[in-house]
Amino acid sequence: MNTPLPVRVARRIVPCLDVRDGQVVKGVKFRNHRVIGDIIELAGRYRDEGADELVFYDITASPEGRSVDIDWVRRVSETIDIPFCVAGGIRSIGSAGRVLEQGADKISINTPALERPGLIDELVQAFGSQCVVIGVDSIADGDSYTVRSHTGTPDAMKTPGRDTLDWLSEVVARGAGEVVLNCMSSDGTRDGYDIRQLAEARKRLPVPLVASGGAGVADHFIEVFEQADVDAALAATVFHSGQIPIPGLKQLLASAGIEVRPC
Amino acid sequence: MSVAVVNSGGANISSVLHALKRLGTEPEFTADANVIRAADRVILPGVGAAGSAMETLRAHGLTEVIRSLTQPVLGICLGMQLLFDSSAEDDTRLLGLIPARLERLPDKAGLRIPHMGWNAIRNTASDPLTSGLAGKWFYFVHSYAAPVGDWTLSSSTHGQTFSAIVRKDNFFGSQFHPERSAKGGAELLRNFMGIPSL
Repeated sequence: MNTPLPVRVARRIVPCLDVRDGQVVKGVKFRNHRVIGDIIELAGRYRDEGADELVFYDITASPEGRSVDIDWVRRVSETIDIPFCVAGGIRSIGSAGRVLEQGADKISINTPALERPGLIDELVQAFGSQCVVIGVDSIADGDSYTVRSHTGTPDAMKTPGRDTLDWLSEVVARGAGEVVLNCMSSDGTRDGYDIRQLAEARKRLPVPLVASGGAGVADHFIEVFEQADVDAALAATVFHSGQIPIPGLKQLLASAGIEVRPC
Repeated sequence: MSVAVVNSGGANISSVLHALKRLGTEPEFTADANVIRAADRVILPGVGAAGSAMETLRAHGLTEVIRSLTQPVLGICLGMQLLFDSSAEDDTRLLGLIPARLERLPDKAGLRIPHMGWNAIRNTASDPLTSGLAGKWFYFVHSYAAPVGDWTLSSSTHGQTFSAIVRKDNFFGSQFHPERSAKGGAELLRNFMGIPSL
């Protein structure tokens, strides 16, 4: 066969779709959400463009204490043939199971894991490490990093007083299969990923690490793969707006010597 | 064509059902031995741990039923692993159709476990199941892997080379998730539906 063989598993490009009331929205620094489009339409578009995976985040779920409305999860699963993860409002074995039963490949939890870390162990026991993703919202505090919870709405945000890197070690020890690290100071700025923080996280994590927050131009993706050695890079605005088309981004990454799945 | 998807436990089976429906089939998700025996094609999905999947099959009285099937059977991910003799995962005895043991992927610096993401397949043997798939990319999620042997139709690499697609008589398997592997995955499922009854 003539296809070049990969040195290793491809780096993933992951559009993130923030979902509110059944529609995709986007805000800057977790505020001022505006409607971007229909969930199924956007999911289909990203599938066709060569996205490697999608993350759907129900941004209203956790602060309002409700679980995700899962009808759209089934419709996404029927529509796309790439993996997808659902985040937001999953706080029990029951709510996780319902989302997975509708066809999600992974579930991501954030605030509920901080409130009760034992939930991670329970989810891993029930469904396996491979589908348990821990989302971490983190802010630089001088030389250290600390996590935030209830980040879906700014007024509800809390500071649980945990060091980010310690928390990452703990979630892996509890069996998490992947971590999405959202660097909140970079989120929505389009100034680039927080390379320093992600590289620190990388050192602590034997499991796949997904970078989130700050993508503005295609070169930011090269930087984060080369300098922070992350397994996947997540972004929203630059993909939704069409500013960075995924096929072109993947060509650029490939020409920089970064392993990607051809579109 | 009737397609039975075996209920081997685990929550996320519906993505397999959706993929089969996209191909125009009407799969039946079942633990009924009679439905499984009568189906033209049988799919053994599975996610989670090998031990709990075997327990589910035993609880449904299905281990002997699956072993004695003569129509084409496709194991997906953990479902493929169940075809083997045993797994180092909780030292579990499996269905014993393929004579090898699954081991955990090696702990190596910089190697992430689980092996999660898109990887290419290589050394693809000629078989109705692998027609057109050489060099294609597929979505993998696993921490244990099957060694390469007579049963290997195609391999992939993550720290070591392992079986990505296997066949033993009428039993086929893919370590990756064809239902989540874009066009290449759909091609594998279509190939499986087209395999002549044996």
